Amino acid sequence: MEHFAITTITILPGRAKDGRSESFKEIALRAGDMISIVGPTGSGKTAFINDIEVFASGDTVTGRTVLVNGEVPPDEMVRDPAKKPIALITQNTKCLADLTVLEFLEMHVKARRIADNSRMAETIRLANEFTGEKIAGTMRMTSLSGGQTRSLLIADAITVSSAPIILLDEVESGGIFKENVISSLKKNNKAVIFVTHDPVLALLSDRRIVMRNGAVEKILEPNGCETKILGQISGMDRVLSDMRERIRAGELLTDNGGPVP
Amino acid sequence: MKLLIFAGPPSAGKTAVVRQILRQLAGESFIAFLKIDVVRAFEDEELKKEFEIPTRKVYSGDVCPDHTGILVLRDAIAWAEDLGAGILIVESAGLCLRCTPYTTQSLGIVVLSAVGGTNSPLKMTPMIALADIAVVTKVDLISQAEKEVFRERVREVAPRVDIIETNAVHGTGLRYLLKAIRNMPEILCADDIVLKGMPPLAVCTICAGKKEIGWQHHFGILKTLDGADDLYRGE
Repeated sequence: MEHFAITTITILPGRAKDGRSESFKEIALRAGDMISIVGPTGSGKTAFINDIEVFASGDTVTGRTVLVNGEVPPDEMVRDPAKKPIALITQNTKCLADLTVLEFLEMHVKARRIADNSRMAETIRLANEFTGEKIAGTMRMTSLSGGQTRSLLIADAITVSSAPIILLDEVESGGIFKENVISSLKKNNKAVIFVTHDPVLALLSDRRIVMRNGAVEKILEPNGCETKILGQISGMDRVLSDMRERIRAGELLTDNGGPVP
Repeated sequence: MKLLIFAGPPSAGKTAVVRQILRQLAGESFIAFLKIDVVRAFEDEELKKEFEIPTRKVYSGDVCPDHTGILVLRDAIAWAEDLGAGILIVESAGLCLRCTPYTTQSLGIVVLSAVGGTNSPLKMTPMIALADIAVVTKVDLISQAEKEVFRERVREVAPRVDIIETNAVHGTGLRYLLKAIRNMPEILCADDIVLKGMPPLAVCTICAGKKEIGWQHHFGILKTLDGADDLYRGE
């Protein structure tokens, strides 16, 4: 299903848990943007994502307003999940039905009335770029690991939903090649907002929103000043994930598992 | 006074939705709450404590809870009106998916859990078909594909019902429910309120405690294995 052209999503300020107004003027999100959201537990990260997901209009607990192309979006866009330009994937998002991967994708393709039959295979191929644990069309959805499930749901959001805006709530944990996910989302020109505790992911974004006490405390725009650190921690991250894979494979880690930067 | 009737299976999140209504509307309306259940219910005590509103409960015991709800509803309206309530919320036990406790001059709200699976709306047809609004809860837990299919299934059962997806714990999406409540008319004449449809309500002999198996031991509406139609036998 085609969405009407969305050029900008604008988030207008609300208030903190203590009632004080947020200090930013507006946060604009365009295709290809990557924004990360960081902050301690309970600081309002998920509430921020939820505001976008429901297109808040001053009627959520935060009092924020979210506009599409500078205006209040039409009801239909907000209410019908098939017309919503947003895909939200959280750690809890699952396929509950006892279907195979292929049947699950078929169900979604059918619901969207997409005639293109190659879409299912394309989704599985893309999902396999996101995870090292191979996903096959014949596997049952309920037997997929957390990493496989999230990889498939992100691939589904890109290829089947074609949602221009993707919200990810702490999806990085375990079994997912996060850098592949980010580069694929970038390649597909998605606007992405992700809540994360992962240093690599946080540094991969162009802007970083810092939350505190229910409010946006600041918006950091590193403009390249973190590139060197990003290179270093990406290296460390690769070392760690390599070790993780070796431990999972049953090895004894007697050497250092590769150069530590 | 406005009348809201909540139905929906156990654990669908009826009370979570009611909580959000109380949270959002308590400042502008005086709300009374009635819970109908079979043997135990705690919602009335919890809501009374949390929101300091008048609440009551009725146990149906051996009788069908929706049947009980309909029998006591007129009294409940009088009770809430005497208190000066602006809204009366009635929450059903939600045990029998064949029942439709909705009435005229009220807003009928069915609460369905998305976790129930995409076929669940088809199994609860009578409870959904006559509702004005279907609130689908726990949508944060399911995949986008299932979210879309769930909505289609509800549409299949009730083409005109207003569907509202929510994560009721956070209250996302419920603005449309609040809007509907703000815009709904008040009860015009409580004595004219009737059930919206012909519900399959029955106080059957099994509900009333007769344990024998086989239709020969029962009365009321009966079924035989080979008989195509229901048969009625009085006692």
